[in-house]
Amino acid sequence: MTKVKITVGAINKDAGSSRRYKTGGWRTMKPEVDLEKCVSCFKCFDYCPDGAIKKTDEGIEYDLDYCKGCGICAKECPVEAIVMVKEEK
Amino acid sequence: MTGEDKELFASGHRACAGCGEGTAVRQILKAAGPNTIATVCTGCLEVVSTGYPETAWEIPLIHAAFENSASVASGVEVALKQLGKKDDVKVVAFGGDGGTFDIGFQALSGMLERGHDITYVCLDNEAYMNTGIQRCSSTPYGASTTTSPAGKYSIGEQRPKKPIGAICASHDIPYTATATIAYMSDLKKKAKKAIETKGPSFLHVFVPCPTGWRHASNDTIEISRLAVETGIFVLWEAEDGDICNLNVTVKPKKRKPVEEYLKTQRRFGHLSEEDVKKIQADVDEKCEKYGF
Amino acid sequence: MADQRSMTIKGNMATAMGAKLCRPKVVPAYPITPSTLFPEKMSEFIADGELDAEMINVESEHSAMSACIGASATGVRTCTASASQGVALMHEMLFVASGMRLPIVMAVGNRALSAPINIWCDHQDTISSRDSGWLQFYAETNQEGLDLMINAFRIGEDNDVLLPAMVGIDAFVLTHTIEGVEVPAQEDVDDFLPPYEPPHGRLDPDEPSTFGSFGTPEYYQEFKQAQVEAMEGSREVIDRVFDEFEERFGRRYNKVTTYKCDDADIIILTMGSMTGTAREAVNRMREEGKKVGLAKLTVFRPFPYPELEEIMSGAKGLAVVDRNISPGGFGAVYSDLAGASINIEKKPLIKNFVTGLGGREIFVKNFVEIYEKTLAAVEAGEVKKPLEWINMNQEVMR
Repeated sequence: MTKVKITVGAINKDAGSSRRYKTGGWRTMKPEVDLEKCVSCFKCFDYCPDGAIKKTDEGIEYDLDYCKGCGICAKECPVEAIVMVKEEK
Repeated sequence: MTGEDKELFASGHRACAGCGEGTAVRQILKAAGPNTIATVCTGCLEVVSTGYPETAWEIPLIHAAFENSASVASGVEVALKQLGKKDDVKVVAFGGDGGTFDIGFQALSGMLERGHDITYVCLDNEAYMNTGIQRCSSTPYGASTTTSPAGKYSIGEQRPKKPIGAICASHDIPYTATATIAYMSDLKKKAKKAIETKGPSFLHVFVPCPTGWRHASNDTIEISRLAVETGIFVLWEAEDGDICNLNVTVKPKKRKPVEEYLKTQRRFGHLSEEDVKKIQADVDEKCEKYGF
Repeated sequence: MADQRSMTIKGNMATAMGAKLCRPKVVPAYPITPSTLFPEKMSEFIADGELDAEMINVESEHSAMSACIGASATGVRTCTASASQGVALMHEMLFVASGMRLPIVMAVGNRALSAPINIWCDHQDTISSRDSGWLQFYAETNQEGLDLMINAFRIGEDNDVLLPAMVGIDAFVLTHTIEGVEVPAQEDVDDFLPPYEPPHGRLDPDEPSTFGSFGTPEYYQEFKQAQVEAMEGSREVIDRVFDEFEERFGRRYNKVTTYKCDDADIIILTMGSMTGTAREAVNRMREEGKKVGLAKLTVFRPFPYPELEEIMSGAKGLAVVDRNISPGGFGAVYSDLAGASINIEKKPLIKNFVTGLGGREIFVKNFVEIYEKTLAAVEAGEVKKPLEWINMNQEVMR
């Protein structure tokens, strides 16, 4: 973890600095999207608790630095374009 | 990235995989926009998002203690007025169910009664999850928690869930609503409306907790949906505290049996057929009251 | 300097006048005897357009301090008032205010704690929050109450301090007693106390920051140490501000003020309104040729070790009069002083006298008794009984 010098009153001015911590390491299952099937409804984007899905022109893209592998996206995808596969370590 | 796609609750927060709060907070902050100051009570949300020297918050946030998200927000709101910034800056107070239904209830009531221009958001996962799944007045009848365990002589929690939405609405506040993450457009619409409402508003958001409810992490949204489809959790909104004429925003055409909801979670795994019947009867009675 | 206005007012009015002159923007408060006049007066000032601020009539003292924290973190000057059970109820939030380094000021009408419930004076309420990281000032008179409010804002908001401060005025003895005070002119206070601009951050969407972070063991101790350093640093700031206050307003404050101590064998150490009675006792005893002096503690946090060390160096006996008690221990001033003196080679015998609890009056004769008991210990060369209770009502004791 990044060490920083303490601030007065523990006020943290480094907004969004949680991104330094990569929660992707927690994952045991990994999502894979079939962009051929994806209809860009972006339900997965809205439901993802971790903001680990980005919208793209082709559909979506995962930010595996943060995906915890919860599987909500795969379960909620209305066209079954996402599958969860075992994470290779 | 602009507008709705701009994330104000950053990745890297340490909520459990599949946590419903992550989804809810992302969406509510998007509805509020960057010109917002948030307060949060002690609990999961605070712990997973503010571990020094990191923070998941892209807007100003203050956490003071467990029971006072509403009163800290009151101070923020009045200070903004004094600085001449209140018209531009929104104030959103977050609380978990413990910080809202139980320990923070007095501060919340005071905030609502005094008429502050604040949106209070209760993220309800039906027990004290941060301390390890203890019973709260938000815990539903029959749920097994670490302080209302099911056992030979107990079915788990013995009291029904406290009707926090109706209680808050009864302060005659301009806007009260219930929402859940499965019904995303309903949630977004209500969050937006609550935040844009002048004066106090209360948003009760039902958020499944895989760790505390003991369900699969990918079931979070499905369970949130089943709660509505079975009538366990009713999505409504009320204006000016008029709970006699509240608007049920999502009415399932045909209600599913509560068993379909209960069986997804191991906190209800001990319930007998008789117990399920009782819960079904209670839900039937409640839904009749709501008119569906 | 513009002329000061002479007024004859109650202690609560004095602290309210002091607060008003500092132009707070947000005043969250909850009524409690004996401090209620403070929120009443602040409300009146606002209602009459004399003060551009807003009251928050909160539903508890806990929320009063919580709202102070929210307002102060948003970047405005904030104050409140409370007492007794109210200070106890907000205890949790006192630590949050100082931990976040928010220079909130609170006037406290020092009152006893339940049970049994009692609305009269002692110092148990603020003494019980001595470890909360707040600066603590105690007034002897209404004038001091007013002046110390102004000093408290100025010291607390100093960039090298950034700590909240409480100003104690004794319940009823000061809060409800009318005394003559000189009220400084607004323009002079404006000069003395510039508008509050938090140097360490504020809740502002243009520069989003997180207040009240979760502090892990890796960082927590360093935050606490930094807070203690700020408290230590306030010693010098207090001296500087007291000097400047005297220069501007003509009234002298010290962390410890001595009276006839130079040749004194026995020194009586007091805090708050009892000091006036103690001074009278010292005068009478001096007339009888007794070598007795008086030291008044105005600043309890930071505890003025160096000043007290100097005062102690010449005396043979020191009588610490505490209007508070830690059951199983001693009065707080005695405990701190004993801790401070443990490594001093040349020190007097120190005795602790507890009195004035729950509004028990303290008379001149009580100070004479305190003197005599301390003198007896000095003559015997030992302190047999470190803690003694003074002015007990023998008739009702079991």
